[in-house]
Parts: sequence; structure tokens; C-alpha cells
Amino acid sequence: MNFLARIRLVAIAVMLFAIAVIAPAVAQKLGPDGAPDPTASVTSERSLLKQMPRAEGRIDIPDTKAGVLIQPAGRSWDYFHEVLLHWSGAIVLLGTIVLLGVAYLIIGKIRIAAGRSGRKVLRFKAFERFSHWLTAASFVVLGLTGLNVTFGKRLLLPVIGPDAFSSVSQWAKYIHNFTSAAFVVGLVLITVIFFKDNLLEKVDIDWVKQGGGFIKSKHAPAGRFNLGEKLVYWLSLAAGVAVSVSGVLLLFPFYGTDIADMQLAQIVHAVVAILFIALILAHIYIGTLGIEGAFEAMGTGEVDLNWAKEHHDLWIARQLASKEGQREPSTTAAE
Amino acid sequence: MKFLCDADRCIDCNACVTACKNENEVPWGINRRRVVTINDGKPGERSVSMACMHCTDAPCAAVCPVTCIFSTEDGVVLHSKDLCIGCGYCFYACPFGAPQYPRVGNFGSRGKMDKCTYCAGGGGPEPSGSAEEFEKYGSNRFGDGKLPLCAEMCSTKSLLAGDGEIIAQIYKERVLKRGYGSGAWGWKTAYHEDVVV
Repeated sequence: MNFLARIRLVAIAVMLFAIAVIAPAVAQKLGPDGAPDPTASVTSERSLLKQMPRAEGRIDIPDTKAGVLIQPAGRSWDYFHEVLLHWSGAIVLLGTIVLLGVAYLIIGKIRIAAGRSGRKVLRFKAFERFSHWLTAASFVVLGLTGLNVTFGKRLLLPVIGPDAFSSVSQWAKYIHNFTSAAFVVGLVLITVIFFKDNLLEKVDIDWVKQGGGFIKSKHAPAGRFNLGEKLVYWLSLAAGVAVSVSGVLLLFPFYGTDIADMQLAQIVHAVVAILFIALILAHIYIGTLGIEGAFEAMGTGEVDLNWAKEHHDLWIARQLASKEGQREPSTTAAE
Repeated sequence: MKFLCDADRCIDCNACVTACKNENEVPWGINRRRVVTINDGKPGERSVSMACMHCTDAPCAAVCPVTCIFSTEDGVVLHSKDLCIGCGYCFYACPFGAPQYPRVGNFGSRGKMDKCTYCAGGGGPEPSGSAEEFEKYGSNRFGDGKLPLCAEMCSTKSLLAGDGEIIAQIYKERVLKRGYGSGAWGWKTAYHEDVVV
């Protein structure tokens, strides 16, 4: 019995303690005049936005995205778009152009060391060139119309005035939206056609060790594509997928996405596109001004034999070997 | 000129939404003003009427690629439908989901943006109060010295429109008198200032 009495005593003590703790909490739910305080259980706007990135609720209209009441992230996205993107984009693009200009001044055009042989070898078939130029042409159109959205109001608007600039931008928007389809088709074609020849090989390490063709005394060995070209392929593929996926999300606004997703899609689209343009500027430089005889590969499809021996010795050796094996001047086997 | 929604007074009657639609004759699918209910059906439920807050240094105006959005001398944020290209960027930047787009054409293609004008018309080349202005931007009560109809019609005087200092003072007095207030929703985000009681 003594034991039971002790338990009872403890139970009473706990109850008293509980009442002492709970009572003020109950009292807090009453306003200063003793009436129930309607805000006791509600979080104010300020505390709501501290807990969550945005205030969301129920809405009576079918437009579900209107259920977002306040999203302060809009101001952050504004800062990204107007400050970060403008500055970093300008620095990256102008920096790339300056670097390429400096490269041209220092290195100049890399001539074919042995001179032209006069003998032509097929490097890219017509369909390969079509795929490349489909992607290239749509890329230039998308790049220019895309840059207009970000930089147009700073560069073009002061020149042509608001009315003309709006008309141009309106058209640029439609062109950008519809050219995107051509770009995606080109990207898929390029990815499939050149996939096998862009897989990394052992020879790519030697290519780097030999200075990648930039050291005149050394010869950098390569198959159909050297490591530099492979990097352009893989980086373009990654960037192409990123801009395509984010682009489709932007093309279909709020189809299964919310406001934060849309902002993120725009950020990814803009940042990747700027880096993509920088990459392609370098690609264009090397393919035209940088290396003598390189443009012909995508131009006519045929390169000079000596160019091929200098830049893609393993590839041309295989080409010539397979030609002799067939005893026919067939140039279709592009292995 | 500012809006202030006293969420502790809003009864989710949607009269402001109806008043706006009727006064400005906005097309189907366009909601310049809406009422959002937070914590619906739970303790602490609050309804807030929201439209364009006519922000100080408005983010929509900053991001617009054709700079068609501008602030008037009275701090009302207006835009030109002649210049708008319907890119949708202002919606991403707007903290309050104010910009609306009529659906035109394929996919997600947007028409020219429409939003609350503070019942102040277009502020553009169209004559103030003219039929052309009404067609594009809706009512211009402001030109007649009147405040937006949504706030004027609010039955509980939850939604206040007018000079920022005056409506903030009214809200402060209310909060002091009744002893509570869930805050001036959106003020910190829109105007970089809060109504501190």
C-alpha cells in the first residue's frame, strides 16, 4: 500500500506540473480583451515566408498557378536575369572573342606543314554535312534571337527605337520557338552519326602528350576525331540536351511545372546557352581561321591528303588501307 | 499608390474579383485580381486578395526584354500592349503572379500581357478615358480621381487602395485597436518596407 500511495503522489505532482505548463498556453490564445485571439494559431505573412520559399493556398479559379500568393524568389530571378546574366554573359562571350583574337595574333593560321598534295580524300559524306549544317544554321538563328532577349534592349533598342525593336523581338520570339525543332533534329542526327568515332581511345592520351597539334615540332596522333573534337562533340551533346530540355519546358509554360521550375528552366537555358555559344565560337574559329584546310571537311566534304596525314594520321591510314583492300577508289567507308 | 490587404478582415467573398472583371471587361481566362486562401479549412485560415502590387522598382519592368513596363509618377506600374511581345518573363519575375496572358495559337504561346492597371488605363498614346484605351487596358477611374473599384467595393474594407502612408496608417490603427494582425501581405516584397505596428 505504501508503494501505491507513492505512485498516487507522483501522479498528482505530474498533473499539477502539467496544468502549470499548459495554463499559460491556453491563456495566450485569448486576446487582450479576453476574447479568443484569431491569430494565435496562424502564422503571419512574415513567419510564413520564413518557413517556406513562397506563400501558397487554395484558389477558386481553374488557373492553378494563381494559387501562389507571394513568391519573393521573383526578385532573385530578376537579379539573376538583369545583373548576373548580363555581366557574366557579356564577360564570357567578349572574353571568348578576345581570347580567340589573341590566339590568332600569336599562333595565326596553322598551315598544312607539308603543303597541299592536291589529292582529295572524302572526310564527311553529304548526309553528315547536312546534319552538321542543319544544326549549325539553327544554332546561329537560335543564338542570335536568344541573345536578343537578353542583350537586345541594351544593344539594339537604343539603335532602332522601341517600336521597331518590339516588332523585331516579336518575330525573333516566334523564329526562336520554331527553329528549336530543327535544332533538336540536327542534334539527334549528329549524336547518332558521330557517336562511335567520338568514343575516347588510348590515342587521345598521346594526342594530349604531343601538345594537341599546337607544338610544331611534335606530331599529335589521332583517329577520325582528335580529343579536341571529341570534347566539342561531348560538350555540345551535353549542352544541347540541357538547352533542349529546358527549352521545351519554357515552350510549354506551367505544363506540370511550377513557378520555381520555370525560373530554374530559364536559368539553365540562359547559362548553358551562353557557354554553348562560347564553345561554338571556338569551334568556328578552329574550323575556319585557325587551321588551314579544316573548313573543306564540312564545306565540300573532301580534305587534302596531307592535311589528313597531319591531323588524323590513324584515320587516313585506315582509309587508305581499306581502299587498297577493296582495290577501288571508294571513299565511303568512314571508319 | 499602393494596395493593402488586411487578411484578418477578408471573408473570401470574391467581390473584388468580380468588380475588377466587370469594370475592366477583361476576357475569359484573365484574372487581374484573385483571392488566395492560406491554410484553407485549418485553424488560422486567412484569405488574401492579390493583384499587381505596383511594386517599388518593379521586377517585371526590369526583366522585360522590350522594356514595355513602366512606373507612373504616382507609382502605378503600367505597360504598353503595343510593345509587349508576350514572352512571359514578367510572370517569372513578379512576386505576386499578377501578369496574365491570353492564350493565342499553338503550344504555350502567349498573347500580349494583361494585368491590373490600378484602374488607371494604359498611360500610353491613347487619349485618357477613350474607347481605344478601354479596349486595351480597361477602365481609367484614376483619371477621374477615383481609386480602383476592387478596393472601393470591398464590403469589409479589407482591401485598401490609396496613398501608401495613409493606408498603412489605417492598418496600424486597426491592428492596435483589435490587438492582432497577420501583416500587410506582400508589402516587404513589393515596397521594401513593412507596416510595423
